[in-house]
Amino acid sequence: MSFRLGHGGRLIDRARPLGFSFDGRRMTGFAGDTLAAALLGAGETLMGRSFKYHRPRGAVAAGVEEPNALMGIGSGPQAEPNARATVVELAEGLEATSQNRWPNLALDIGQLTGLGARLMPAGFYYKTFIHPRAAWKHVFEPVIRRAAGLGRAPRGPDPDRYEQLYAFADVVVAGGGVAGLHAARLAAEAGRRVIVFEQAAHWGGRAPVEGEPVGGLPADAWVAAQLADLAARPNVTLRARATVFGLHDHGYLLAEERCGEGGGTGPRRRLWRVRAGLTVVACGAFERPLPFAGNDRPGVMLAAAVRDYLVNWAVAPGRAVAVVTGCDDAYRTAMALAGAGVRVPVVADLRPGGGGALAARARAMGLRVADGACIARVLGGRSVTGVVLAPADGDGSGGEEIACDAVAMSGGWSPAVHLWSQPGGGLAWDADRGLFRPDPARAPTGADGRPMAVAVGAAAGELALDAALADADRALRAVLGLPAGAPPVTAATAEAPPRTAAMLPARAGHRLRAKAFLDFQNDVKVSDIELAAREGYVSVEHAKRYTTLGMATDQGKLSNVAGIAVLAEARGTPVPEVGTTTFRPPFVPVTIGGLAGEASGPLFQPVRMTPLHGWHAARGAVWEPVGLWRRAYAYPATGERTADAVAREVLAVRGRVGLLDASTLGKILVRGPDAGRFLDMLYVGMMSTLPVGRCRYGVMCNEQGFVTDDGVVARLGSETFLCHTTTGGADRIHGWMEEWLQTEWWDWKVWTLNLTEQFAQIAVAGPKARVLLERLGGMDVSREAQPFMRWAEGRLSGIAARVFRISFSGELSFEIAVAASDGPALWERLMAEGADLGVTPYGTEAMHVLRAEKGYIIVGDETDGTVTPRDLGLERMIASGKADFIGRRGMERAHLVDPGRWRLVGLAAEDGAVLPEGAYAATDARNANGQRVTEGRVTSSYFSPTLKCGIALGLVRRGPERMGEVLAFPAAGGRVLKARIVEPVFHDKDGARLNG
Amino acid sequence: MLMLTCPHCGVTAEETEFAPGGQAHLKRQGPGSSDDDFEAYLFARANPRGVHLERWRHAFGCGKWFHAARCTVTLEVFGTYPARTAGPPAELRAAIAARRPGWPEGGR
Ligand SMILES: [Zn+2]
Repeated sequence: MSFRLGHGGRLIDRARPLGFSFDGRRMTGFAGDTLAAALLGAGETLMGRSFKYHRPRGAVAAGVEEPNALMGIGSGPQAEPNARATVVELAEGLEATSQNRWPNLALDIGQLTGLGARLMPAGFYYKTFIHPRAAWKHVFEPVIRRAAGLGRAPRGPDPDRYEQLYAFADVVVAGGGVAGLHAARLAAEAGRRVIVFEQAAHWGGRAPVEGEPVGGLPADAWVAAQLADLAARPNVTLRARATVFGLHDHGYLLAEERCGEGGGTGPRRRLWRVRAGLTVVACGAFERPLPFAGNDRPGVMLAAAVRDYLVNWAVAPGRAVAVVTGCDDAYRTAMALAGAGVRVPVVADLRPGGGGALAARARAMGLRVADGACIARVLGGRSVTGVVLAPADGDGSGGEEIACDAVAMSGGWSPAVHLWSQPGGGLAWDADRGLFRPDPARAPTGADGRPMAVAVGAAAGELALDAALADADRALRAVLGLPAGAPPVTAATAEAPPRTAAMLPARAGHRLRAKAFLDFQNDVKVSDIELAAREGYVSVEHAKRYTTLGMATDQGKLSNVAGIAVLAEARGTPVPEVGTTTFRPPFVPVTIGGLAGEASGPLFQPVRMTPLHGWHAARGAVWEPVGLWRRAYAYPATGERTADAVAREVLAVRGRVGLLDASTLGKILVRGPDAGRFLDMLYVGMMSTLPVGRCRYGVMCNEQGFVTDDGVVARLGSETFLCHTTTGGADRIHGWMEEWLQTEWWDWKVWTLNLTEQFAQIAVAGPKARVLLERLGGMDVSREAQPFMRWAEGRLSGIAARVFRISFSGELSFEIAVAASDGPALWERLMAEGADLGVTPYGTEAMHVLRAEKGYIIVGDETDGTVTPRDLGLERMIASGKADFIGRRGMERAHLVDPGRWRLVGLAAEDGAVLPEGAYAATDARNANGQRVTEGRVTSSYFSPTLKCGIALGLVRRGPERMGEVLAFPAAGGRVLKARIVEPVFHDKDGARLNG
Repeated sequence: MLMLTCPHCGVTAEETEFAPGGQAHLKRQGPGSSDDDFEAYLFARANPRGVHLERWRHAFGCGKWFHAARCTVTLEVFGTYPARTAGPPAELRAAIAARRPGWPEGGR
């Protein structure tokens, strides 16, 4: 059982005990502890259950690579799932909850039934997909959904604050170990803008744990001196508790800072979005587990992690710790344990020739070292009771049982190459060191095609302290163009070459291989990779997906090289030929809150408001989002249902006068000697012949001949046109105009300006519209002075206005454009002067009903990107005399002139009901797939308060030729709705009302 | 996320400030064109593994369109240039050829 030593612990403050809870049990740790250290210190080795098999698991690591000790932290809306206990800083009152267990951690039904093991062999997902769909739907998925899932998402809105910060730097150093700090120092001295991110709460990486002096100082003191120097420089920013988790195109680097931890104030998380000229990958290396049966038992840990717990937090994993290693580094653990008074019954060294100088030192301390030996299996269930020591190259039979309650293992080290690899940096297999390291010849490149990252120290494969510092010194001087210098002096300890292993012992049978874990988090065993290889998944990327090796948060941190070694052995090819899988961001899990930053609630996205927004809000308008705009959908009176409000508004326009805020309509000014010619190309109709002072409805198509936008064009002058677009189309059409002017007709003299937000526009519609405008005074709006489709400028009630006689309701209607700032005043005047006329503000839904009653189309309702002007009955809009316009050639295509196309008609349900929008009309015929053949669909459908029945517009095969026919619309529940094909104009077919 | 420089206003900005517009230097086919030519104009686009000439718009800046010469593999941006031209300027062509010998023949 793990325990806290009576003395030591460089990071803890024994004078400050902290209370916390684990699965509801009260425990105590010390300030400076991580949650994992505190749990181990309290004798708690069982920390979670594995994902697939629900096997008992404890902490394997001491840092971000921890695959097992994932916990829920906190409760309520602030709860955080899947936090790695190895990096969570202990705080007073912290609540931790284990995951993947039911009913509790010690007794788990999932494991008792062997549910996972039986249901989920390698390739499980793919195999179940091949089975009948019903098996997946009714058997596998419900079981998996209940049994699986990492953690539990918090409920309720997150009360914490998150923020994002943009930064620019010449050099970003990812990792504040000794190599990173030395690199930062060189860059800072060279005058570069430098940001250093260190993921842990403490600087210096592993060096202070190892205790070797650096630059003539104790490692701790050297680190402190570097930090003091860097902190004093104005061109350097230092951030601890900040993890660089992604390096992307052109040096775009993302880091998450945990500001809320360690007593910090401010936001809970801060996302750094940095443009880095050069990224120094100084992320160190991860120790690898060894593949032997039972290597996942609580109490089996990475050797360096054991050293971390011992030195940093004065925690020992057990009273007797067996060590098994393929490299010299683990001897440091054995000696540290022995030095702390912990018994080390054996050091099993895989290498037949044993280790180097460190091994000799261990022997000199009196430790038992077994060369060419390994652990054949771990004894015990929820904790370790012993190990079986056996020859590394044997089959595991006849080993020697050794009692112990913990195991420290080392399968060598893997550089943390993630940030190097994410943007495309190449890796090289270093056979001498047994690791993949960044290949400087294949560095990721930036916008200029030159390298944008350099890996230094352990991340570059230089694992020894002296070599790491020398490497950082050399690499930075080269990349910064500095003269050669000397790195800080350190002691050098020669190490013997490491040995990697695909399985221990090498000739172990299936029983042992099925208990030797490669990927703890995803429960991938040696036998799974071998099965994948046997079933033909020999490519590393295929094997990864087939077995889930290295997926989820592991991203190859612990499992990568071990899995590749197994695959290489199964294929009989060397490791470099197998290659590695792709390392994907994020390097470590990041919170959704951090990624969202402030972008939640009202700040989720900008809201565009018209100049009249405040008035609508004060009147209790129901809002409709249209793009980023908020438009008033209707203005229900107190106690009035929205649908009733819509009907009331419609009838007010038909009977008296209504006001609509039409400010969101796009208003693009097109001016220049070639403006008319340009608009003739842009619209299917003629605009160049439009006289000054007049308006004309226009339809725009894309080159395929499909309708993309529509609106009224007003000719303001001989070279000036004002083009109205749909609300959603304004920015798109402006860009579209510019694209043609700049990439195709760049010699045409035309300028465009999007004036949408410069004007407030108010539609005054209804039989009393003219009376109302006359009351405002200042302009002659009589039928004679301003006939339909004319515009005039003047002053209404003293406000400079441009008045368009246009109608989208079929009623006598004026649209009045005034400067945005004059909008509210004009609106208020209209409301005041029209009070006794019954003036009624109406919203977008009434506008839709009014236009549908008149059979006016809406781009996006009646069109979906595959509808032509002819389909909409707008062939009369197409100028016959024009040789060319955008869409003309496209419309000539055979399918677009097919007389069998679906065309616009009105639809009247036989019982007067409102047809469901989007409903399809079906014939009795069947297509090749056995489905009903469709012959039309409902594009718009409303209850018409004017006609007191449902009305609909739709596109129907040969529709206009089939007036009076009844179509069948199959509906939910097996019902069939019948509707008659009618003219699309339901109200005032001869248009008499337009003139009031 | 790319960084691009708008040749109109000179601003170097994040990709999110721009809107991509697909392949540059399309030859428009209007009325009278053959079905094959028109189909190619509408739908056939180069998808090179290497140097690509693209339309971009400085959508959240000056609003102007421009062209970029970019490597689709390494994301190296060889340069940007105004849209009102039928091809990249000579200096840019030389710069691309220096970085990608054989372009445009072999490099496309
Ligand atoms: Zn620009």
